[in-house]
Parts: sequence; structure tokens; C-alpha cells
Amino acid sequence: MDIKSMKNYLYWLYCQFELITCSYLMEPWEKLLFYTFNITMLVMVLYTAYIFVSVHISTAFQFFLHLLGNQHENTVSVVK
Amino acid sequence: MANPSAVCNGHLHHHHHHQKQNNILKSGIYKKNGITKGIKKNGISNGTLYKKKFVEHFEQAPMYVAVFTFLGFGVGTIFGYLRDFMRAWGLEKRNIATEREQQKDFVPLYQDFENFYTRNLYMRIRDNWNRPICSVPGPQFDLMERVTDDYNWTFRFTGRIIKNVINMGSYNYLGFAETDVNALKTVTIELQKYGTGICSTRQEMGTLDKHVELEKLVAKFLGVEDAMVFGMGFATNSMNIPALVGKGCLILSDELNHTSLVLGARLSGATIRIFKHNNIQSLEKLLRDAIIYGQPRSRRAWRKIIILVEGIYSMEGSIVRLPEIVSLKKKYKAYLYLDEAHSIGAVGATGRGVVEYFGMSPDDVDVLMGTFTKSFGAAGGYIAGKKDLVDFLRTHSHSAVYATSMCPPVAEQIIRAMKCVMGLDGTTQGLQRVRQLGKNTRYFRRRLHEMGFIIYGNDDSPVVPLLLYMPGKIGAFARRMLEKNIGVVVVGFPATPITESRARFCVSAAHTREMLDTVLNALDELGDFLHLKYSRYSKSSHPELYEETRLELED
Repeated sequence: MDIKSMKNYLYWLYCQFELITCSYLMEPWEKLLFYTFNITMLVMVLYTAYIFVSVHISTAFQFFLHLLGNQHENTVSVVK
Repeated sequence: MANPSAVCNGHLHHHHHHQKQNNILKSGIYKKNGITKGIKKNGISNGTLYKKKFVEHFEQAPMYVAVFTFLGFGVGTIFGYLRDFMRAWGLEKRNIATEREQQKDFVPLYQDFENFYTRNLYMRIRDNWNRPICSVPGPQFDLMERVTDDYNWTFRFTGRIIKNVINMGSYNYLGFAETDVNALKTVTIELQKYGTGICSTRQEMGTLDKHVELEKLVAKFLGVEDAMVFGMGFATNSMNIPALVGKGCLILSDELNHTSLVLGARLSGATIRIFKHNNIQSLEKLLRDAIIYGQPRSRRAWRKIIILVEGIYSMEGSIVRLPEIVSLKKKYKAYLYLDEAHSIGAVGATGRGVVEYFGMSPDDVDVLMGTFTKSFGAAGGYIAGKKDLVDFLRTHSHSAVYATSMCPPVAEQIIRAMKCVMGLDGTTQGLQRVRQLGKNTRYFRRRLHEMGFIIYGNDDSPVVPLLLYMPGKIGAFARRMLEKNIGVVVVGFPATPITESRARFCVSAAHTREMLDTVLNALDELGDFLHLKYSRYSKSSHPELYEETRLELED
């Protein structure tokens, strides 16, 4: 039952997305174009997040430790 | 004039206090700068001008709705440009009007926003408008089914007829659009006596005894000296305003006036100034400026100042603030033209329009105009007022001189409908219809408010606009309601502001409680599915509490 209501909820969310972005009104080829564009942008954003955000977070983490504790004076690897 | 306390919103005690007070106030003791020095009830300023509570709602939707609406229009516009590009470069067939090859260097005809919008956004949901019906537009009607093979550029009829679609779109307020043989007996007799064509104008040979009878009846119905009827409601406004005002006169017109009033005002050649919708401060400022500064360059006094307002505004469902406007007009000596197209027959204790609804005398309004299309199930319009005014219009109006007069069976339909409403046919059917309309209106609006939709307009107006906002939902709403066998009218950009598209319901006295319940249940379901319940003030959390405190006179 939970799966069914989950699926209904997801379908409802998809319908809302269609209505809000007017893709409900588009012809099939326009929908294809629009969804391809959207999915491409989303994938690119996620990929960028995956590659860069973890590096940024670890850099920021080490920077703040350096600021607070002054424990890594001899590390040369952190250059910013 | 019937006693307005006969049908009240349940505020009986409130009303009696005001009745006595207003009788004193009406005799003119209170006039000083237009501000009443009477007792203020509940601290409402101008509470003494209004006998009943004047409650109007114009709730604004939450911010995310506006953001999503713009997002939807943005995506639609981008795809519109894409399609236009494809059409211009020949990648797609052009279905809509374009200029000819030889005219490519001329001034472009179809580049403005209206044409862009029509080509790219309106065409996608065009199947929700211009639907042909094939029965009388009573509380239910039959619809011809049509399908499209090329995304709404062309339609074809399948031959099937969808039966008994509940009609929430026709202006059938008192339910006189009926085919009952007993009701139409006199109309049939007149049809056989006079035929259908008049073949002449009023001033030549087109004035029949039916017209004289109808005009006397309209004057009696409204409580004025004389009236004149015309064959077409739109033409009544657009052809008579030029006869009443001309160059050197000033027209103060409400922001949301109907196109017929705007056209009449523009045709007259007078100066037009617009005041904010139903906003008395804006109107007063314009009046003061007009009297202080006079005409633009010569600084002479204006020959005439006329205020154009409507009784009920059909896109908002709001009722005009008549008592305040009349007090302003008396103070600044202007004229008032009241267009009661939607309010005659639909508001007021006995159906005589907004003048009766506010308990005022028809002498306060200089020109009373109305149409017979909405509440009387016929066609045509009237202008009523003092005898001098109507005699002037009989000779000087374009409609009287050039337009064909009303045809006799239609005149007879108006006569029988009006006699029914006035009670002159010996039954109380007319009064029952007016009361049924009031009950239906209040019930429908209350339930919609409780469900959480955003509804515009006054609590007593039978026109109920339900806000949809997003362009994608306009098409979805109309199509799904038709699948559930309910016919609604949705309105989008040119008639409403671009971000406030709406579905407009017209409640009728002919709707039974079951029909309204069917519609309300369908709206409830659809509101949840399309997520239309934006109101932040819905009372649906404790319905049992409101049952007890409601003072509705429900039988």
C-alpha cells in the first residue's frame, strides 16, 4: 500500500511539474526537447556538485581548523 | 419598493437599527463634506451609508504562485519564439495569417504581442472556447463533441452529442432560458401574430405597440418616468453614450468597465479619465481636479461630467459602491450612468438591481441602462430615466435612428419575464426565482470559500470568479470539468490581467441543490488534483463550529 500511495504521490508531483512549466500544453516533440534540456542541465549540475563540492568542503574544513587550532603548520598540501 | 428586510443576509438586528437611522440621514441633515456625522456602528466609516454589510474579497495568492505563473509564461514564450523561428525559416507549416510575399517590406502586421500570444499560447488551449451547443442554455445543455487532429488548428465534429452537461457558464440568472410550452405560450402567439422581422428602424416604421407596452413596463419595473428599448445590448451602450456626451465633456470611467462602455466613450469624442476599480478616493480626486482645473488648455469649466460605472463587474464579481458614488455625484454636481447588465434581475430583494440592493431611490441615478440578455432570457437593452432624457434619446440616438428595432417575440419574452418577476401574472414564481438565486449564490460562495479556493467579488453577486493563475491550469481545468460533464468558462489574458486567469461561474436560479453539489464535489476533487486551493483563510478545519453560528435563512 505504501508503494502505491508513493507512486500516486510521485505521479501527482509530475502532473504539477507539467502544469506549472506549461509542458502539459506542448506537443510531444516539444516535450521531448524541453525534458532533454532540463535533464541535461540537472545532470550537469549534479556532476559539478559531485566533482567540486567535496573538494571545496574539505578545503574549507581544513582552513577553519587551521584558523582555530593552528595544528597543521607543517602541511604544505593545503594551498589557497 | 419592496421592503429590503424581507431577504437579508441574516443580520436582522443590525438591519433594523440602520433602517431607522438611514431614514433620518436620507432627509439630508447629514451633509457636510460628504462625511456623515451620524453614529458609526462597528467603527466602519461610511457604515451609515450602507444598510447591509458590504463584504468583498480580493485575496492575493501566496508569492510562489506568482513565481510559478511567470515561470510558466516564460517557458511558453521561449517555445513561442522557437515555433515562430521554425515557421519563419520554413521548417514548419504556417497555419495562421501571415503577410503575402509581396508585402514583406511593408510595416509588419503580426509582430505585436497580441498576435504572438494568439499564435503560440491561445492556440494550444483553443478547444476550450467557442464550443457549439445544440440545446437551450438552461441549467443543463447538450454539447456537440469535437476533436482536433492537428493540435487545435482545425476541428471536426464526430457527430456525437454530449447530453446534460451542467451549465455553469451561461448568464441565465433567473432561469428564464427555458423551453417549457406553458411558459412560452404568449411568445408563440405573438410569433404567429407578428412574424419575426421588423424590417425597419424605430424612427421609420419599426415602432410596434409591443415596444410601447414593453417600455411602459420597464419604466414601471424600475420606478422611473420613462424607458427606451434597443435591439442589442452592446449597441445600447456604444450608440447612446455618443448621443449624451460630446467634445468638451468629461467622462470618468471605472478601470474595469466593459468594452461597450469604453467604445461608446471613445466614439463620443469626450475626454476620458480612468479611476481605480471601485475606489472612491481615486474618483473623488479626479472630480476635484476636474472642477479645479477645468479643460486642459483653455481652463474653461467642463460642459458635463459623467461617471460611468457598472452594477456588477462581470470579470471580478464585485458590486459598485453606489451610495458613496451618489453622494459624491451630488456634492460635485456630476451625472451618473449605471450599466446594470449583470445586476438587473440578479440582485436586490425583488430583482430590481443594485439601486434596490442598496435601498436607494432610482431618482439618484441619472441614466439607468441595462440589458435583457442576462436575467430575462432575451436579447436587447434599455435606457431609463427622466422623460426628458428618454425623449432626447428617441430623436438623437444612433441606435434609434439607424438600427433595426427589437423583434416582437423577443419583446414578448421580456414582457412575460418581467411580469413574472414583478408578480403581475398572479403567481409568486418571480419572487421565488429571485430568492432561489440569492440562496444558490450564498451557498455556492460559502462552500467555495470553505474549500479554500480564492474567489473574487462581493458575497451577494451571482458571478463567481475562481482564480487559476497559471496558464497550464486553464486548459487542464476546463478539459477535466468537461470530462466530468460540467461546462465552465475559463478566461485568460486579453480579458483579465495576464497573471490572473480565472474560471468564471454564473449561478442560476434554475440550478437545483443537487446540481450545485455535483459541481462542488467535482471542484473539490479537481482542486486537490490541480492544487488550486491557495486561500490562506479557509474555514474548512472546523466545519461543525460554523454550522451553529450561521444565521442563514435556509429552508
